[in-house]
Amino acid sequence: MSAQEQTRPQTIHTTYREAMREAIRDALIRDPRVFLMGEDVGRYGGCFAVSKGLLEEFGPERIRDTPLSESAFVGAGIGAAMGGMRPIVEIMTVNFSLLALDQIVNNAATILHMSGGQFNIPLVIRMTTGAGRQLAAQHSHSLEGWYAHIPGIKVLAPATLEDARGMLWTALEDPDPVLIFEHGSLYNMEGELAADAGAVDIEHAAIRRPGSDLSLITYGGTLGKAMQAALELAAAGIDAEVLDLRTLRPLDNDAIVDSVTRTHRAVIIDEGWRSGSISAEISARIMEGTFYELDAPVQRVCSAEAPMPYPKHLEEAALPQVSVIVETARALVGKRD
Amino acid sequence: MPSLGADIETGTLVQWLVKPGDRINRGDIIAVVETEKGAIEIEVFQSGTVQSFAVQEGDKVPVGATLALIATDGETPAPPVREPVPVVPAPSSLRPAAALPTAPAPAAPPAAPAAKPASAAATAHLRISPLAMRVALELGIDPATVKGTGPGGAITRFDVEAAAKGKAAAAPPPPPPIATPSPTPTPAAKEIRPAMMAADKQAAMRRAIAAAMARSKREIPHYYLGTQIDMSRAIAWLREENLRRSINDRLLYSAMLLKSVALTLREFPELNGFWVDGAFKPGDGIHVGVAISLRLGGLVAPAIHDADKKSLSEIMVSLRGLVKRVRAGVLRSSEIADATITVTSLGEQGIESVFGVIYPPQVALVGFGKIVERPWAEGGMIGARPIIMASLSGDHRASDGHRGGLFLAALDRLLQNPEKL
Amino acid sequence: MTAITSITAAQAQPQREHALDLFRQMVLIRRFEEKCAELYRAGKIHGFVHLYIGEEAIAAGAMQALAPDDAVVATYREHGHALVRGVPAPAVMAELYGKQEGCSRGRGGSMHLFDAATRFYGGNAIVGGGLPLAVGLALADRLARRPRVTACFFGEGAVAEGEFHECLNLSALWKLPVLFFCENNLYAMGTALGRSESETDLCLKASSYEIPAWPVDGMDVEACEDAARRAAAEVRGGGGPVFLEFRTYRFRAHSMFDPQLYRTKQEIDEWKKRDPILIYDGRLRESGLLDDDRLKRIEDGVAAEVQKAVDFAEAGTWEPVEDLTRFVYSERTRT
Repeated sequence: MSAQEQTRPQTIHTTYREAMREAIRDALIRDPRVFLMGEDVGRYGGCFAVSKGLLEEFGPERIRDTPLSESAFVGAGIGAAMGGMRPIVEIMTVNFSLLALDQIVNNAATILHMSGGQFNIPLVIRMTTGAGRQLAAQHSHSLEGWYAHIPGIKVLAPATLEDARGMLWTALEDPDPVLIFEHGSLYNMEGELAADAGAVDIEHAAIRRPGSDLSLITYGGTLGKAMQAALELAAAGIDAEVLDLRTLRPLDNDAIVDSVTRTHRAVIIDEGWRSGSISAEISARIMEGTFYELDAPVQRVCSAEAPMPYPKHLEEAALPQVSVIVETARALVGKRD
Repeated sequence: MPSLGADIETGTLVQWLVKPGDRINRGDIIAVVETEKGAIEIEVFQSGTVQSFAVQEGDKVPVGATLALIATDGETPAPPVREPVPVVPAPSSLRPAAALPTAPAPAAPPAAPAAKPASAAATAHLRISPLAMRVALELGIDPATVKGTGPGGAITRFDVEAAAKGKAAAAPPPPPPIATPSPTPTPAAKEIRPAMMAADKQAAMRRAIAAAMARSKREIPHYYLGTQIDMSRAIAWLREENLRRSINDRLLYSAMLLKSVALTLREFPELNGFWVDGAFKPGDGIHVGVAISLRLGGLVAPAIHDADKKSLSEIMVSLRGLVKRVRAGVLRSSEIADATITVTSLGEQGIESVFGVIYPPQVALVGFGKIVERPWAEGGMIGARPIIMASLSGDHRASDGHRGGLFLAALDRLLQNPEKL
Repeated sequence: MTAITSITAAQAQPQREHALDLFRQMVLIRRFEEKCAELYRAGKIHGFVHLYIGEEAIAAGAMQALAPDDAVVATYREHGHALVRGVPAPAVMAELYGKQEGCSRGRGGSMHLFDAATRFYGGNAIVGGGLPLAVGLALADRLARRPRVTACFFGEGAVAEGEFHECLNLSALWKLPVLFFCENNLYAMGTALGRSESETDLCLKASSYEIPAWPVDGMDVEACEDAARRAAAEVRGGGGPVFLEFRTYRFRAHSMFDPQLYRTKQEIDEWKKRDPILIYDGRLRESGLLDDDRLKRIEDGVAAEVQKAVDFAEAGTWEPVEDLTRFVYSERTRT
């Protein structure tokens, strides 16, 4: 090995799922207060195999299988966090998290403020979100935008291997409740990750591709589609910037406004439904922050306003697709020859 | 065409904001003129009724030419007699006679919205992006004439820029913006002047600055004086004052400096005015020009009128307004032309002292550097004080170093008594 | 600690003091809340205010079983619990006023009393919503190997909620140190137990989760204390949660005022004959522990304490509007 090669950071080939598992492992090793609980996180190895092998390594006290009682174990996570622990609560899908909505919204998000600052809740809740796997209307929705509506919690959407590996620890160190939304289609995403990859910031959006003609603003499961769209647009002579929001609450307002101020056009890609969505929020922020720099109306590519259907062709039609992003962007930039 | 500054001799009328028959009041903005320094709003100094236009949109005319006839209050509107102007548009377009009131205004109110200029009416229903609208204004493009290619046929910045480019290409190459001063305007061919492209404007502005500065160094025998002023009292006073003010009303120390220069100038009239035709002509008031640099390079020095009579708050408001309009490229003619002295402050750039070049035909320029902490002895004691370097560039034809020195000393005294500001 | 069963000579003095203290605690809650009703009418206190009058024996008795580092999770009818737990009366009253000197900085009001110093975790106004918190607090103690218990108070209305069943199951499954203290006052707002539950034997429900459960006369403060101590001893022993059903009655409206269409005047009057303060007053007099003179001293002391609380609240200050968004998130960025 040459000296030059030695100084180059080592990378490992891994997947989003493994990066997430490594993040949990790392947290369990680093902090004895950390434990994981949720449905089938132990013996089954996690519904999406994220926690596979962790029970054997850390034992049933720290890798806790729970009954199917989202409200009880999410609320228990809140109580345990108030009692000095650092729980990681896993909910199988965002649809199931609705059974624990009372605990998340009425307790986790309110107690610090309502108690006049006396009780903070250092809790992390992980859950799967999104469609694309033909799981139909009760396992496929993207409701992270709902959660981003709630003051008192933070909402993260790791879309890269680095963020899958690095957001969890930062979230655990955060004194307040943090929800991590893992898009189900990302678990098998493969790539190179620095061998020493670690904690990342959870405050800033990231420009995944700089560009000057328009901003594709997205997060989570649609980042890959936006990147693909940017490639196709580049072939058509349109230089798209791709902004990965990373954190949906609090939104990195400056990054959004800065990007659109530079590019003068924005397409927001969000797997949530359009009405009353996080994409609506982003659009409003653009109007508030940089209206006079806009060279075209803000556009959105969202999921069709219907429950997610099972058959592949309908599911694809319901979801934001690269071709639609490209068409929307081209229409926005206009006919220039 | 009002005088728009020492280095501006012609301007292109890009837009009328009134129409014949309109009632106007002193201070109204009636037109926009494009110059090398950007779009300038033309304000009127009398009240009355617009009788007729002598110049049409697109015409380039020299300073001093008649733009429009205004019947002042009490005056019977004269028949639309046009004085000869170098640019001669077709007379037919200049005959709004039937629409003209024959009696004082109320008799014939020009009420019909249809009478609005065509482009204004079109603009109301225009699909144009906020950015494109701004760029159109900057480039002097009438959006109504631009074909949109954006979503739904909307006009985008690209379209406006393309239109500007097209115009520039279609028109003959413009003459150098700074021509040698010529008392009689050259009768130019009748042409619609293209609005200048941003790059052209940059170049034109550079040329205008070059002409003015070269003239200054060629004609004005400068002398330079500098002194250090202890700013501790001024700053302490300002801090105290700002505590009483809401965040929006807070004062910057630059407002104090401008006010103190203006007040001091009352005692030094020979520094406040113009050198014209071999003699000093005192200013008709103390209108302090503030050098403001533009983001893309170049600078302008529009005036804060009667700065000695304005309160610090008023100066702050004027200053904010000026900076905003300079950056937007829209200045009023009186702001460009009337400055009787210029103040330049390069403190923000970290410069400690500046000895500037006088802006002809003015006769003095005051410069300020940045406030720095320095050891300072006073009454046998040494302490650290915030110090600013104040400088004066004087025109030796109009004043001498002795008086200049007294001016800086008086300025220093005033800044030691900030409550007098 | 042992339950009050038999009294030896050596124990007589402390027992006597303790009995009078239980009595005093109930009187304090009663007078405090009567003052609340008065202040509500005077426009000093706003919003929903749920009075505990009639149910004082439970908080006064059950809380005796807790050590200082145990935790309490309560409901929106929690003035009594906070006072007995040791949250200072002035801080509670200031909270009801909404003043920043209140125990929740004035943010929560009557329904959301919080106090870190006494590990008082609210003040939860979602029926059943406090149970998962209690389970979690107990889980933290279990994981940290701390010999503490968490007492969770809730009404019988919560028994209809899914969270009740989820939490009884989970805590029993994991053998967590939770005291489920169900205050059965027979009405969930205006809905009688029989009108909302197919099985009205609440202990049977708890038993179905393998949780030891028994009913207690919630109008008898000593019975309440005795039961709570037995339950706490069992929980501390590591056997998992215990469920107690305290049978009681609320003398006043659900919140400040309601027309009480759901129950008869006669029923209320019948229960008032079992007023826990009245009953204990009689018992203490019988055993010679209380007479008019001592009662007056207790009442005077309580009146002074209540007045002190009112004065404190009156003198309190409003949180500056600029602080509105303080504590939406923590002010420190790392735990």
